Amino acid sequence: MGRFHRHDDGTVHDHDHGDHDHDHGDHDHDHGDHSGYRTGSQRVDVLEAIFAENDARAGANREAFESNGVRALNLMSSPGSGKTTILSATLDELGGDVAVGVIEGDIATDLDATKLAGRGAQISLLNTGNGFGGECHLDAPMVTRALRGLELPGLDLVVIENVGNLVCPAEFDVGEHAKAMVYSVTEGDDKPLKYPVMFRAVDVVLLNKIDLVPYLDVDVENYVTRVREVNPTATILPVSARTGAGMDAWFDWLRRFAAGAPTD
Amino acid sequence: MHELALCEAIADVVKSHADGQHVDVVRVRIGALRQVVPESLSFCWSMVRDFADMPEAELELESVTAAVQCRSCGHDSEITSQWSLLCPRCDSADVAVLRGNEFLVTSLDVSDREPQQTQKE
Repeated sequence: MGRFHRHDDGTVHDHDHGDHDHDHGDHDHDHGDHSGYRTGSQRVDVLEAIFAENDARAGANREAFESNGVRALNLMSSPGSGKTTILSATLDELGGDVAVGVIEGDIATDLDATKLAGRGAQISLLNTGNGFGGECHLDAPMVTRALRGLELPGLDLVVIENVGNLVCPAEFDVGEHAKAMVYSVTEGDDKPLKYPVMFRAVDVVLLNKIDLVPYLDVDVENYVTRVREVNPTATILPVSARTGAGMDAWFDWLRRFAAGAPTD
Repeated sequence: MHELALCEAIADVVKSHADGQHVDVVRVRIGALRQVVPESLSFCWSMVRDFADMPEAELELESVTAAVQCRSCGHDSEITSQWSLLCPRCDSADVAVLRGNEFLVTSLDVSDREPQQTQKE
């Protein structure tokens, strides 16, 4: 990785990387003519991934999970797709045999955390409202903070419920072992093509609200086909959190995941 | 909102490499598969750079076209579609991404002017 080294005498070594051959010959780097200061610019090669810091923290989170025998799932979706309803039903179902912790990402409220309380899981609420209008995603340092609210040694599974958003959460590794998303049939079957980064990144897609299909002008097969176009390997599970249809397949998937067994 | 968070991450990388020197130019390489809108990133940068004590740092963006290797037909192809990653030759979805996920700070131009202190709290 290209780093520059500054020595005590002020000299700076600027490493030349073979794969970095941009010739900005027409770009005048000497800004001395309008600055009034004495020197021109010096090029510093960096070649550092912009998410490097986040990814390092995500790695530390993953280690914390693994050293406690915990499996972590990053649960993402657009707002209103049914993440919290699915999670409520999941906690009710798994409560007996899988010890679950939930990191609840929410911009400003504790509404979702309240819905999930009293179902036998440890809940750590993470409000993201300190950013400019509220962060639109969870990043690894936020999850590190939220982990203080969980007692990992007693858990089998941690579900990280991300902020409802199909764009930003896909970019940030938070230390999970798998990514899941809830995609409801009321959202339109074009979403995999419009938000390909999210749909490509996930291991399992819960196609929710299938009980509404008779009232909508939609075809579940079209949804599956569109997901397959950007992600040929994801597990796709049609479910209705409201009626419970298809939810057993999801519970089975999650039990296998929590046990560290193959999920497909 | 996405680009604002990305600009904060860019500023963190820049700070760790600028070693307190005045930052004139920041060069960022972005693959076509990142969901980054260049105009939005540049706009957000014009705000973030002030808060990051590098108010004169110009952002230069270098874009990288996406390319995939198809496991069905074996061909490497550039992707011109903005949405689909299907192999342009045989429409298979079974592809490996060769290029397009890049998102990195490639280089900076720095000078030993005193950084302008703005928005210092």
